[in-house]
Amino acid sequence: MKLCIDIEKRLGDFSLKLNTEISGERVGIFGASGSGKSTLVHLIAGLIKPDAGEIYLDETCLFSSRKKIDLSPEKRRISIVFQQATLFPHLGVKSNLLYGYKRCRPAERRIRPEAIIEVLNLGHLIGRGVNKLSGGEKQRVALGRAVLANPRLLVMDEPLSALDDSLRYQIIPYLRSVSTEFGIPCLFISHSLTEMQLMTERVLVVRDGRLAGISTPDELARTGMATNPRGYLNLLRLDGATQKDGLFHYPWGEGHLIISEGRAGEESLFELSSRDIILFKQHPEAISARNLLECRVAELFDSDGRKGVVLESGGKTLVAEIVRSAAEELGIAPGTMLFAAVKASAFRRLS
Amino acid sequence: MHLTPEDFSAIALSMKIAVTATALSLPFGFATAWVMVFKRFRGKVLLEVLVNLPLTLPPVVIGYFLLLMLGRNGWIGQALSSVGIELVFTWKAAVLASATVGFPLLVRSIRLGMESIDHQLLQASRSLGAPWYDTLATVILPLSFRGMVAGSSLMFARSLGEFGATIIVAGNIPGLTQTIPLAIYDYASSPTGTAMALSLCIVSIALSVSVLFLHEVIGKKLEHGGKA
Repeated sequence: MKLCIDIEKRLGDFSLKLNTEISGERVGIFGASGSGKSTLVHLIAGLIKPDAGEIYLDETCLFSSRKKIDLSPEKRRISIVFQQATLFPHLGVKSNLLYGYKRCRPAERRIRPEAIIEVLNLGHLIGRGVNKLSGGEKQRVALGRAVLANPRLLVMDEPLSALDDSLRYQIIPYLRSVSTEFGIPCLFISHSLTEMQLMTERVLVVRDGRLAGISTPDELARTGMATNPRGYLNLLRLDGATQKDGLFHYPWGEGHLIISEGRAGEESLFELSSRDIILFKQHPEAISARNLLECRVAELFDSDGRKGVVLESGGKTLVAEIVRSAAEELGIAPGTMLFAAVKASAFRRLS
Repeated sequence: MHLTPEDFSAIALSMKIAVTATALSLPFGFATAWVMVFKRFRGKVLLEVLVNLPLTLPPVVIGYFLLLMLGRNGWIGQALSSVGIELVFTWKAAVLASATVGFPLLVRSIRLGMESIDHQLLQASRSLGAPWYDTLATVILPLSFRGMVAGSSLMFARSLGEFGATIIVAGNIPGLTQTIPLAIYDYASSPTGTAMALSLCIVSIALSVSVLFLHEVIGKKLEHGGKA
């Protein structure tokens, strides 16, 4: 998917002015609340009209004030999953799911309802009314409905922000799977860096209605490490836990990670702040932290006066954060061997 | 309670006029409410004033204007007369009078229903491939149903009670244009008509209570249906 945007839009005191080009199959639009992310989505989907400019999706011109082109929303084939599920309350789950599918030309129906019902695990919900679904179920139906419209672009406008933490990370695998299994390019909008890291490969950063940059989610997390209250968040997908003395031992790199809140038998997603990792030059004799990992420094990066240390062990990496003076004292450079200590309780299980 | 054949005729005519006026106004009321809620255009305030004007004008004034327009010398009356249609002093004129007076109530209720529709549902519908008229038929119309039922019952009840505009434009001809309120007016003007007037008053109250009761029952059913 390639999206070329050169638009201007004024809405009261707020003005959006963007001129950029971004490509990729899972692109993110990142920015704080009020930065213009949702306005941008509405402009791309044709739900509001730019004052001037052009929008191209691949080779198709969606809008051009110069050529006097303004494709109506239904002709753009851009499905949106909103923050709230916005299911049609007068229709059941099945009719909601098939709403876009029925309006899609038969030649464009690549994705079959049976396939999406299976992938999103919706089989047991089909006969229900939409008001009898939980928040997570509603959002899955909304996602299925959007995908079944067989869009050329799937826009997810903060689809997780109305859900609580536990549900949020249960939905993410579904969001990822529809994009990868059905090959639909996806535009993911969020103000959460963690969601960006989990969902996207390229990110367009918007600030006050202007383009603040294009980067990868990892670059974004590194740049914001010093200013983010929780530092750089390492996201770890771990599986194959064994339980010992009430703690979960997960194979990781050349050793194991010992985690308090693990789950045996299935893959889990953990979050670990770069600030919860303590580095030692030599092996400490005795330490209360349950994890002491011998790692090689793969890379160092700067973030507003702090140093990010990328630690590598058996092909796996973790980012630790230290102040510049600590980096000098420890003599850290790429290739240095270090010991990283992490408390078992520092890992936060997301799903 | 004693009702004469003329009274039964007045009751039947009142019902016929109220049903026809409501049925005829419903599509226009829906369209007007839709325009007022979902469309932006210059002169919208003027449209709002025009639609709501019959609420504040004395019905007699409305009746008089209708008479001027529909009469033989009126521009609508002349046009209709040329194709052989006479409206003034017929039950059809009473339908027009009732429709004009009740229209703002109908539009107001439908509009309230439409305003409560989440705009994102409409955006979802459009982005899922529905043209505007499809969204209108498959999202706005069903979600406005409660407002339409409420507006129709209000308009029906208002039509049953219509007096001022009707007497001017349709007259008070027993068996032809005499509705319940006009018959009560006749009885009230006669020194011996008290019992007859009271009988028709009771019928009028019974009809109004039934309409309001039906309105509540349907409203509740739709509410529960919406939560299914």
